[in-house]
This record gives sequence, structure tokens and C-alpha cells, in this order.
Amino acid sequence: MNPEQILFYLFGAVSLIGAIAVISFRHPIYSALSLIVTFFAQAGLFVLLGAHFVAAVQVIVYAGAIMVLFLFVIMLLNLGTLSAKGAISGKLKGFAVILGILLAIEGVYIAANAISDPPDASAEAATESVNTTTYTIGELLFNEYLLPFEVTSLILLAALIGVIVLVKRESQAEN
Amino acid sequence: MSLESYLILSALLFTIGVVGVLIRRNAIIIFMCIELMLNAANLAFVAISRSLGEASGQVFVIFVMAVAAAEVAIGLAIIVSVFKHRQTINVDEVNSLKG
Amino acid sequence: MENFPLFLIISSIVKILIIAHLLIIGVMVMIWAERRVSGWMQDRLGPNRVGPQGLLQPIADGLKFMFKEDLIPNHVDKPLYVLAPAMLLVPALVGVAVVPFGNSITLFGNEIPLQIADINIGILYILAITSLGVYGVVLGAWASNNKYSLLGGLRSSAQMISYELTLGLAIIGVLMLTNTVGDNSALSLRVIAESQGSHLWHWNFLIHFPAFLAFTTAMYAETNRLPFDLAEAEQELVAGYHTEYSSMKFAMFFMAEYMNMIVGSAVVVTLFLGGWHFFGLENVGGPVWSGIISFGIFFVKTAIFLFVFIWVRWTLPRFRYDQLMNFGWKFLLPVALTSIVVTGTLWITTGSRLVVGIGNVVAAFIVVSIVAGLLVMNKAPEPAIRDNDRQITPSALDAIE
Repeated sequence: MNPEQILFYLFGAVSLIGAIAVISFRHPIYSALSLIVTFFAQAGLFVLLGAHFVAAVQVIVYAGAIMVLFLFVIMLLNLGTLSAKGAISGKLKGFAVILGILLAIEGVYIAANAISDPPDASAEAATESVNTTTYTIGELLFNEYLLPFEVTSLILLAALIGVIVLVKRESQAEN
Repeated sequence: MSLESYLILSALLFTIGVVGVLIRRNAIIIFMCIELMLNAANLAFVAISRSLGEASGQVFVIFVMAVAAAEVAIGLAIIVSVFKHRQTINVDEVNSLKG
Repeated sequence: MENFPLFLIISSIVKILIIAHLLIIGVMVMIWAERRVSGWMQDRLGPNRVGPQGLLQPIADGLKFMFKEDLIPNHVDKPLYVLAPAMLLVPALVGVAVVPFGNSITLFGNEIPLQIADINIGILYILAITSLGVYGVVLGAWASNNKYSLLGGLRSSAQMISYELTLGLAIIGVLMLTNTVGDNSALSLRVIAESQGSHLWHWNFLIHFPAFLAFTTAMYAETNRLPFDLAEAEQELVAGYHTEYSSMKFAMFFMAEYMNMIVGSAVVVTLFLGGWHFFGLENVGGPVWSGIISFGIFFVKTAIFLFVFIWVRWTLPRFRYDQLMNFGWKFLLPVALTSIVVTGTLWITTGSRLVVGIGNVVAAFIVVSIVAGLLVMNKAPEPAIRDNDRQITPSALDAIE
């Protein structure tokens, strides 16, 4: 086992355990915390894959902003008391889990076999030399993917306006 | 590590997200599971990006994150509105348009 | 892994030990300094009984904290209650890892950079770590199961994610002038510090003065210090998020706040105040002495900045909540955005640091005047924010960014 493998299994196990904890904790705040742990493990995996910039953005955006927002809403609505009665019946749950296992088998099968010719040693060497940096990503983002980038800004603008409309209407209705 | 290991991990994470959406009725947790699925996709993107030796996959990840952020902002605003109207965020109880 | 030079490992461990201890000692000195300086500013003495000039007062305080009963109230959520102080302290400690606290020292023929880890995304690492500090506050607040704590936590989370935005945007101008095309290490704090050089007019705070002010203000907000300490506003919330904490757990919250101040000051010094440079003084002496002198320069600059922290605390009153949000979203954010546009445009067209510096100040002045004018014109007799519903707007917007 080389260090990369050890770290891969470590981060992989942590992210899987965190993910399972997200769907098994009763209380939303614990789910949110488990999700943060999963995101961290994924950031670690991104670092292993040489994607340092993506790893940093993962922590900044997901752990730093999105999950704080989740916590904020959970605390604001004070959901602790509500979560208990929200469970579905055991039979349906079993059915869902069986479906999930089937999906997992399918996904793993595809992941393990769909790559017809696995990247050989030369491709590995190529990845070493590319070693995607912030500079590379920026260059791609503002040249090749300029249109999608601008479209993303439109999506964000739409979301911004949408949130304002949603909340504004509420406060007017109260008055 | 080989590409397959990362893809298998990604598939497992995605499945856990799907199961979460199926078995949980709390809208916020369903939302978290959607984030989990998006992240599994991100992992696959980055892994394939490395194995192909180009950075496009990582650019996609950044797009996914931007869209996810927009989606969370809207989604949580909707959840807060729903909660204020119905005092619940159980998705089974929020099943009529009349409010 | 096998061909890692032993020297590198040993020097790294030594650096980590020195810096971690310096941080903790720094916290103690800061606690003493804050009490003495505040005493001085309020025309009283401050603690002066334990040791010379009261210097040992922090140690006495620490002992007192350790011997106090470690109380865990019955109504709290125990796992999170115990975890929260650690979740605040750890980000405060690890943030310092990428800050270059001096040039390099040459020992036994090996050059040791005075920095724990020079990673190529250093500034993003700092932003990521600062954004994690909020969890300790929010979870501590929620786990305490106390309405004052919860209010503190809600305020803190909204405040932190609002000001983080400014924090991130304000440094983009700095990065633009540091970067050269094709270079991939421009996000490293060492490169940023080196690029500023010895001369005052290359230091970023003159070139990006509005961004410097915005960044510093946002940094104050991130450390939850007055005038931004709404999360623990004593007059309104008892003690905010740490109301239920006692003994060493409270001490950990306390230490984390001061550590955040020290790390924040060090980052500001690196980004805007020229790092370890001071008119060529850092090059005096041999390979060993120049390293030590550069460390000293960095230390003094950080200390001066920390004094400003204390000074501000006893000068400005606390913001009201709506003032805080207005200030963050209507003044700081536009200033930071303007700084990006102006710096980019002027740097491309003229390529002169002087023009960029003047342009930044003028543009920021114009933007602030416009915003202030609009606010005065639209001034409806609107009451302060009354309920939590409306507070969600700014934070919900924030995720979009």
C-alpha cells in the first residue's frame, strides 16, 4: 500500500460513513454535520486527485457557505421537535433500501466495467505533467467555457431575484 | 489509485443520496441528499478529468457548485415559506397546492 | 516518501512547534495587553498585581479556568456542546500554517523558508479555514439550548457569511497585480509577500486602499470583535453563544477569539502591509540574521496591527443588527467589487501602480457617495428589522455568491 492508497481508503471510508450518517440521523443538525464531514473527505479526495483549487472551492462553497445556510435554516425553524414524526413506514423503507442496493450494484458494475480501455501508464504520465493548476482552470473557464460561465451568472442572478421575490412577498403578506 | 476505485466510490455515494431521498420525509434532509448526489457527480468529474489529463472536468465541477449554490438558496427560501404556511416541512404533508 | 530529507522533516516540526507555541503565548500576551490598554484608554490601571506590570495575570486566569468546575448543564445537547469549543479552536490554530512569517534562514547549508507550508492555493486555504470558524459558534449556540445563545448563533452565522464575501472579493485586486501570466503560484501567500518588495509604494495597502479597509473591516467581523460582536452582545444576549459555557470550555472560546485576531493580523500584514519587508532592513546581515530580522519585522507589524484591533474595540460602539447588514451589503461589498473593476481596468490600460492606487480611492469614494445618496433619498420611516424572517434575505443571497 502506498500513501495514496491509504489516504484514498481513509477518505473514501470517511465520506461513505458520513453519507450514511446523513440519512440515518434523526435530527437534521446531526445530518448536516455528517454532510460537512463527507464534504471534507471529498475535498481530501480532490487533493489526492491533484485538483487543489477544486478542493479549496469545495470547502469554501460547500462547508463555508451552503452548510452554514442549512444550519441557519434548521436553527431558524427549530426543527428538532418535528423530525421524529417524519419517518415513513418500515415496509416502504425496506423497499427503498432494496431499490438502493440494486442501484448501487448497477452503479458499481458500470463504474468497474464501462471504461473499455483503462488509461495506461502513458496516460498516467500525462496527468502528472498536466497537474491542473488554478491557472489552467482559469484559462479554460474564460476561454473555452466562457459562454457556460456567463450562463452560470444568469442562473445566479435568477436565483437571487427568486429569493428576494419569495421573501418579499412573505413580508408584504404579513403587513 | 485507479479510475475505477474513484468511480465506484462516486457510485456508492450517489446511491446513498438516492436512498436518502427515498426514505426520509424531512425536506431539509432530502435537500442534503441532493447535495450528496451532486457531490458524487463532482467526484466522478474530477477523477475522469485526471485520468484524461485535462482540466475540463474540474471546470464542470465549478459550474456544478455554482448551480448547487443557487439551488440551495432558492430551495431553502421555499422551505422557509412552506414552513411558515403549514408549520411542517414533511414532504408527505405538503401535498396540496391550496394553502 | 522514503527520499524525504530528514532535515526537512525536522525543520518542519520545529517550525510547527515554535509557531503553535508563539500563538498560545501571543494569546496570553494579547489578553494582558487588551486589559492594560483598555485600562489606559479608560484612564484606569488595569490588572497590575500579578507579576511585573500584571504580566502574569493571564497565567493566573488560566489556572483559575482550569480549576473551575467543568459544568455541563442538563438541558444541552451533550456531544455538540463538548465538540463546539474544539471546532472553533482548531480552525483558529491551523490557519496560520500557510502564513509566511519571514524570509528564509540558512542553517547548515540548507535554506529553510520561514513558513510552515507554502501551498499554491494559500489564500484560498485561509478563506476556507476562516469560513469554518463559524461552526464552533453556531453549534455551541445551538447545543446550549438557550434562547440567548441561539440568537447569538443566528446572528453570527448571518454575519459571518455576509462578511466572508467581502473578505474574498477584496483580495482579488491584490491577486491581479501579483499574478503574471502563466504563473500558477500567485495564490501562495509567500509570492504575494515577496511581490510587494521593500518599498512602501509597492505595498498593497497603498495601491488597494479601499480594498484594504474593506478586508480589515470584514476581518474584524469574522473575529466577532467589537464593533461586530453581535453574537455575544452582553447587554442584549447575556453572553451570546457562550452563555452556557464555563471553565476550560469557555477559555477555549476565549482563546480562539484571540488566536483568530492574531492570525487575521498576520494575514493582513502579509497581503497588504508588505509582509516581512521594511525598506531593505530585512536584507541586513548574513543568511541567518536576515531571516531573524525579517521575522522580527513581521512580528512588529503584526503587533502594531493587533494594537489597532484593541484600539478599535474601545473606540467604536456596537452596530445594531440592521446597521451591520446594511454596512456589509451596501457599503463594503460595493467597495470591494469596485476595487476589482477599477484595478483590472487601470492595470490593463496604464500599467502604473500609482494610477491604480489613485483610481481605487477615487472610485471607492464615488461609490460610497452614490450608495449613501441613494440611502438618504430612499429613507422611508422603516423600523429596524423586527423578526427573523427578514434576516434570512442577506444570508440566502450569500449562498448564491
